[in-house]
Amino acid sequence: MKTETKTRSHLLKGATGDWEIVVGMEVHAQVTSKSKLFSGAATAFGGEPNTHVSLVDAAMPGMLPVINEECVKQAIRTGLGLNAAINLKSVFDRKNYFYPDLPQGYQISQYKSPIVGEGEVTVDTADGETFTVGIERLHLEQDAGKSLHDQHATMSYVDLNRSGVALMEIVSKPDIRSAEQAKAYVSKLRSILRYLGTCDGDMEKGNLRADVNVSVRRPGEPLGTRCEIKNVNSIRFIGQAIEHEARRQIDLIEEGGAVEQETRLFDPGKGETRSMRSKEEAHDYRYFPDPDLLPLEFDDAYVAALQDGLPELPDARKARFIAAFGLSPYDANVLVSERETADFYETVAKGRDAKAAANWVINDLFGRLNKEGKDVTSSPVSAGQLGAILDLIADRTISGKIAKDLFEIVWSEGGDPRAIVEARGLKQVTDLGAIEKAIDDVIANNPDKVADARTNPKAIGWFVGQVMKSSGGKANPQAVNDLLRTKLGL
Amino acid sequence: MSGLTSLTLAQARKALANKDFTAVELTDAHLAAMEKARALNAYVLETPDRAKAMARASDARIAAGKAGPLEGIPLGIKDLFCTEGVRTTACSHILGNFVPPYESTVTAHLWRDGAVMLGKLNNDEFAMGSSNETSCFGPVVNPWRRHRTRACPSSVLQDSGSRVNPASEGSNVGASAMGGIEGAHLVPGGSSGGSAAAVAARLCLGATATDTGGSIRQPAAFTGTVGVKPTYGRCSRWGIVAFASSLDQAGPIARTVRDGAMLLRSMAGHDPKDTTSADRAVPDYEQAIGRSIKGMTIGIPKEYRLDGMPQEIEALWEKGKDWLKSAGARLVDISLPHTKYALPAYYIVAPAEASSNLARYDGVRYGLREDGRDIIDMYERTRAEGFGDEVRRRVMIGTYVLSAGYYDAYYLRAQKVRTLIKRDFETCFADGIDAVLTPATPSAAFGIGEKGGADPVEMYLNDIFTVTVNMAGLPAIAVPAGLDSQHLPLGLQVIGRPFDEETLFALGAVIEQAAGHFHPERWW
Repeated sequence: MKTETKTRSHLLKGATGDWEIVVGMEVHAQVTSKSKLFSGAATAFGGEPNTHVSLVDAAMPGMLPVINEECVKQAIRTGLGLNAAINLKSVFDRKNYFYPDLPQGYQISQYKSPIVGEGEVTVDTADGETFTVGIERLHLEQDAGKSLHDQHATMSYVDLNRSGVALMEIVSKPDIRSAEQAKAYVSKLRSILRYLGTCDGDMEKGNLRADVNVSVRRPGEPLGTRCEIKNVNSIRFIGQAIEHEARRQIDLIEEGGAVEQETRLFDPGKGETRSMRSKEEAHDYRYFPDPDLLPLEFDDAYVAALQDGLPELPDARKARFIAAFGLSPYDANVLVSERETADFYETVAKGRDAKAAANWVINDLFGRLNKEGKDVTSSPVSAGQLGAILDLIADRTISGKIAKDLFEIVWSEGGDPRAIVEARGLKQVTDLGAIEKAIDDVIANNPDKVADARTNPKAIGWFVGQVMKSSGGKANPQAVNDLLRTKLGL
Repeated sequence: MSGLTSLTLAQARKALANKDFTAVELTDAHLAAMEKARALNAYVLETPDRAKAMARASDARIAAGKAGPLEGIPLGIKDLFCTEGVRTTACSHILGNFVPPYESTVTAHLWRDGAVMLGKLNNDEFAMGSSNETSCFGPVVNPWRRHRTRACPSSVLQDSGSRVNPASEGSNVGASAMGGIEGAHLVPGGSSGGSAAAVAARLCLGATATDTGGSIRQPAAFTGTVGVKPTYGRCSRWGIVAFASSLDQAGPIARTVRDGAMLLRSMAGHDPKDTTSADRAVPDYEQAIGRSIKGMTIGIPKEYRLDGMPQEIEALWEKGKDWLKSAGARLVDISLPHTKYALPAYYIVAPAEASSNLARYDGVRYGLREDGRDIIDMYERTRAEGFGDEVRRRVMIGTYVLSAGYYDAYYLRAQKVRTLIKRDFETCFADGIDAVLTPATPSAAFGIGEKGGADPVEMYLNDIFTVTVNMAGLPAIAVPAGLDSQHLPLGLQVIGRPFDEETLFALGAVIEQAAGHFHPERWW
């Protein structure tokens, strides 16, 4: 197990010195599939309680699980996307425990022989750090149902719609050293899953959630005792939970106490973790191979066919954006994080100035989308429309400034950008005679400014502004600049 | 009408096709017999209305020339098989009045082929038992009773032909030399005790049963009937209340080998809803009856000769060898060295799986619920109230052997033993052995309440000759082969290669031909 202290400093200051956070994660990702892992019931979210429940999901007597091959394929695709070893033979085990929303009295999972083995993910943080997180394994398992404790004064209700839905549990190695890294790792994982189409990554619906294992140690020392924070369901909460938990552990140790291995819950309202059950109270799950299911086996050709069908993934796309479009790694990273964004960008950039396209997408479009709380899939300005705006700039029909106005018009009113330019007279003025006339007027009316400009050439900016203003912004700025220099003798 | 219940399934099928009588008449005769035989407690639910409706439909199909292979044949169904709209309890209080909204694959196959359901048959609770005494509906009474003849205790093993147990009512004459009470109620074996008793007492022409460690073959042997435990995977487990998933297998109990073959042909077949079911064509097993066994090599495993085994069992076995030899088979002494570990390993694997399979009976969704202070209390009250002693014992054993720290020592080791048992058989088959002949049980039927009271292992020892077959996933048949000195039936077991049930039917038919048929005299 790789646990060396990273070179980059992520150390936390304590009262008695520096501490290092060590984090490993178990991310539960709901497999995108029409039906559940072992039954034909639908996986659709939001149905009336207990409407997507088969006899198997309700664990009626004599019912048997049958593996859903699509879920197997999704797990293999995901494994390939995580650069991981695919195990041609894996085994489903029963994890036994009693809970009302677990109808069988056991969860079918994979314990000793998971479908996917070791892999790795390369992660970039917002501040430009790149690091690698090892993947320990990925296994398939059933989700449980949902207990509803607030529907009745003395009873709990159970909704089995989720019961039996396929989950991939993706277990990382303890390679994460800060809350920021943890957030970046989950973001990257989510991005890969969404590119692959194996999980929609919708954390609000609980389709992606994480169990976060946190421990602290003095730099260079062996791993400390860890606590597992269960079921954290937003990237922001993951960061908060780690920060709180690390601080709690450091304070505890520095006050002479010791961290107890336990399971904890994160309370987003209070921003803190609290104990759920101690190691002593931990379940004995009595894992054993599920005798209702044969070992899951497939061959290399099966894996190869899935490999051939994989889409381009974020890392490859980022590399291509840098190489083919000359983008900075930062811009490329921003553009590839969501598949839809990258697709949007590529449509805009195709046959155009790729860097200008990147600037427009990242600065103008994203800025506007963020302001309105929208994402690229619901953008009022389509990739085609933004491309048309870029074309109008490129062929000098409009200036960059007019382009910003045009963008606003298209955003709020829609329409074909070129037609709007024609209809509203937004075309750039390149008629040198008209520009010369405007310059002459400004020079004639402002002799003091002319004198100024002759001693301080930077004052030319004022003249440019006046000319542009009198042209309604449509004068070609380069032409204005050139003519002014001549007229003012600069 | 009572003549109709004495027919074999094959005879009834022929007569129905000839329109000698109607399916309704055949069914009515059986319903009447069931009514008179309630003292045997073989049926836990009679479904006369359904039976008559199914029989009428059969008559219509026969009239239309659309008869299925089992058209109009009245059958009893072990209460472990889920039957749509008909109460299914596994003879456990915990299932209460559970009525499944679905039909097990095996019974669906039987109805597809035209069979008629007479009702649900008693069994040990969740099929856990070897005497049918653990049923929440009470024990089944074996239609056979002890009758001690001083004349010639072993003569019955010397001649063949159809015999009738001469036991008569009210002939209790105290304990016999073998420790039994003459005329006292005996167990029919288990867990498929209701199936075996109903077939022996002519309360149906055949019955479904299940076999996890001997639950088809041991009751068949105790009642003078034929029991077929097919290869694991031959019949779908879908819709059968699970006991131990890796060992459970459905099969028929019938009055003749041919009847067993006919029933298995319908029951068997691949089912995509059970991934452990085999995707292989089902042969017409009846064709194997009468097939020559000349040149077959029959293994006689030395490990099945137990210390203290009754001489009568030994003699029965010798008789069986002679019959097969006379029919042209070659007998070879073989060794199955891991046999002695089979029973202990079985009593780890089966309870382990059962402890998990029975977790679903938690009072939350169906069946019994005993309210409690909180959820844990509700679970505990429900399961304490709902499960009988034997089921609770096995759930606790199973939970224990799967626990952290004990898993390797018990469950894992038992699985390794299982692999070795399987290998024992594979080695023999690879050496050219076609089938293995053994006694079916170490004794004849015993009295109700006679065994297992103080030591459950005493009861478990009943499965000593049968569990190896389940551990290895092999097919086996129990065929009645004689009567003991108390005029109780004894059976021989033939174990076959995987999916070679045909050889078992061929060998079974030879034994049956030589031994004759055995019927209890009606006293109930």
